Amino acid sequence: MSTERIETGTRGARRGYYGGFGGRFVPEPLIAALDELEREYRSAMADAGFRARLDGLLADYAGRPTPLYYAEGMSRELGGARVYLKREDLCHTGSHKINNTLGQCLLASFMGKRRIIAETGAGQHGVACATAAALLGQECVVYMGEVDIARQASNVFRMELLGCEVRPVVSGSRTLKDAINEAMRDWVTNVRTTHYCLGSVVGPHPFPEIVRELQSVIGREALEQCTAREGRLPDALVACVGGGSNSMGLFHPFIGRGPRLVGVEAGGIGSGHGEHGSSLGLGDPGVLHGALSYLLQDDVGQVTETHSVSAGLDYPGVGPEHSWLKENGLATYVSVSDDKALDAAGFLARTEGIIPALESAHAIAYAMAEAPRIGADEVMVVCLSGRGDKDIETLKERL
Amino acid sequence: MSRLGPMFEDLKEKRAALIAYETGFFPDLETSESVGLAMLDAGADVLEIGIPFSDPVMDGPVIQASSHAALEAGATPAGVLGMVSRLRRKTDKPLLAMTYYNLVYRYGLERFAADATAAGLDALVVPDLPAEEMDPLREACIPAGLDTVAFVSPTTEPSRIEEASAAASGFLYCVALLGPTGERDSVSNELPGFLERVREHSDLPLAVGLGISSARQCAEVGRLADGVIVGSALVRMLAEGRDPESLVAEMASALGGQT
Ligand SMILES: Cc1ncc(COP(=O)(O)O)c(C=O)c1O
Repeated sequence: MSTERIETGTRGARRGYYGGFGGRFVPEPLIAALDELEREYRSAMADAGFRARLDGLLADYAGRPTPLYYAEGMSRELGGARVYLKREDLCHTGSHKINNTLGQCLLASFMGKRRIIAETGAGQHGVACATAAALLGQECVVYMGEVDIARQASNVFRMELLGCEVRPVVSGSRTLKDAINEAMRDWVTNVRTTHYCLGSVVGPHPFPEIVRELQSVIGREALEQCTAREGRLPDALVACVGGGSNSMGLFHPFIGRGPRLVGVEAGGIGSGHGEHGSSLGLGDPGVLHGALSYLLQDDVGQVTETHSVSAGLDYPGVGPEHSWLKENGLATYVSVSDDKALDAAGFLARTEGIIPALESAHAIAYAMAEAPRIGADEVMVVCLSGRGDKDIETLKERL
Repeated sequence: MSRLGPMFEDLKEKRAALIAYETGFFPDLETSESVGLAMLDAGADVLEIGIPFSDPVMDGPVIQASSHAALEAGATPAGVLGMVSRLRRKTDKPLLAMTYYNLVYRYGLERFAADATAAGLDALVVPDLPAEEMDPLREACIPAGLDTVAFVSPTTEPSRIEEASAAASGFLYCVALLGPTGERDSVSNELPGFLERVREHSDLPLAVGLGISSARQCAEVGRLADGVIVGSALVRMLAEGRDPESLVAEMASALGGQT
């Protein structure tokens, strides 16, 4: 596999495949829209005006570059590797999701589409999408499972305040996967006027590639910042994996260049069906939401319910490029339980004065376990994908 | 050998075929089996049986709800194939299965094709499998003599219609309008132009589905297409405790078939 193929998102002869994973498993009416999206995306990315506009928004509006912060208190307490935090929590709207939504909503403008739809789990992608749409004067509809609406109430209100319509999804498990189903049904119906702003590196080609490219700003900055600070690349990169966008964004510029890449999935409360969200760790290849990738499913292929204390990791699938990284040993994937993630959130709050999102706390928990085992000459970069304000109620109940 | 080709050949100059859909195991196995037979007896030319999937993205609320209930009632791919084999002993009409790709993928493509043919199935309809992803399934189905139906929609470019036509056998499923399954009040006025475009690029029989809910619409579509597919309207009747075969009979007679 050459790196050039990694760049184009196409491996071998089949477009949109990462090894055996990926593809476009969608109803025929969407194919023309995916073709159009790919065409317009490539011409936008080649357009200096578009890139300058996006870079300007990322800098002045979203607050990039985000710091690569040496977590001295945390590192000292753990007694091992030097731990750096990539501070995506400091982005406007409080998570890395804004990197993707600014890019995609700008792309929608470029394509002449004024209506944006999105799915959301934790509400972070929904808020980021509503924000970008408000900024760019677009109509925005966000689909959200009823279960998630109940546990992320403050984000629902934020979206509404931003002028976005939040549509409750009552089908299936009433969480993120069902919100994606509903958004896809909307897209099939309104495909001529609407852009579907998918929130992670999942879905049919070209979404995994587009979202990866828009999130790779995380890794590019980290690479530059680490090199400036430490004079070399980090030894390990750690990020939580829901659909896989903050992790893919951090990993991508480092793939095959030496650093260990570690993705942390939701270990939930156990390893049975419905107890976790570890698609790569405990799933099998399957097709959901337009791509062939690792999937949590039962013996006959019905998608199983998932569980995580963090809504953003409560998803049975994962981006196809992660499946490919796993299969080729280019990244490793581990799981962290609800309890360990909650503890990690408390730990980071005490040692660094930073309350992480519960999603990001999974990556912190891994660093807590791993840093003491390695020497102080090692550098570990952890993606702090979001801040914990949205999770305050859960933290209050559980800690 | 699939029974679809001979059926369309036989009806060619006469009338359009009526393809009636039901969700396997909805509301339960026994009822869905007897309703399937009743719809065939009432004049349906083909029975299309849904193998329920947990995440039916191409389906609207009516079929979604029926899929959910069917799964609760114990539906599995093997269970629906069992139902097909029992129906096959009682009818010579074509039987189709509609399902999402993951269930077939998980079953194993070759094994599914073999078991489906042994059960007496004639074709597979997989709405989340566009032409360019169909090769593996088609290669598994061809030796088994199972047709693979492909979709075309009003957004499908002419070059893709040819691709879909090459990938498909049995018929082309023409999506009458954009959107998931569900009943609509009127037939899209795009339909005649759309079907004309498809005919220019394909020699397969064309069956039109999505949104057809009345005998009047059936007749209207039947004048333009080789087959008319009716789903949600029938499933809704069953969900409401009514017998869908009465509507099937009306539709069959509107198409000029048996009454
Ligand atoms: C803060 C935060 N981190 C991580 C995730 C997981 O998504 P991904 O794996 O795409 O980065 C989410 C999703 O909602 C999130 O809000």
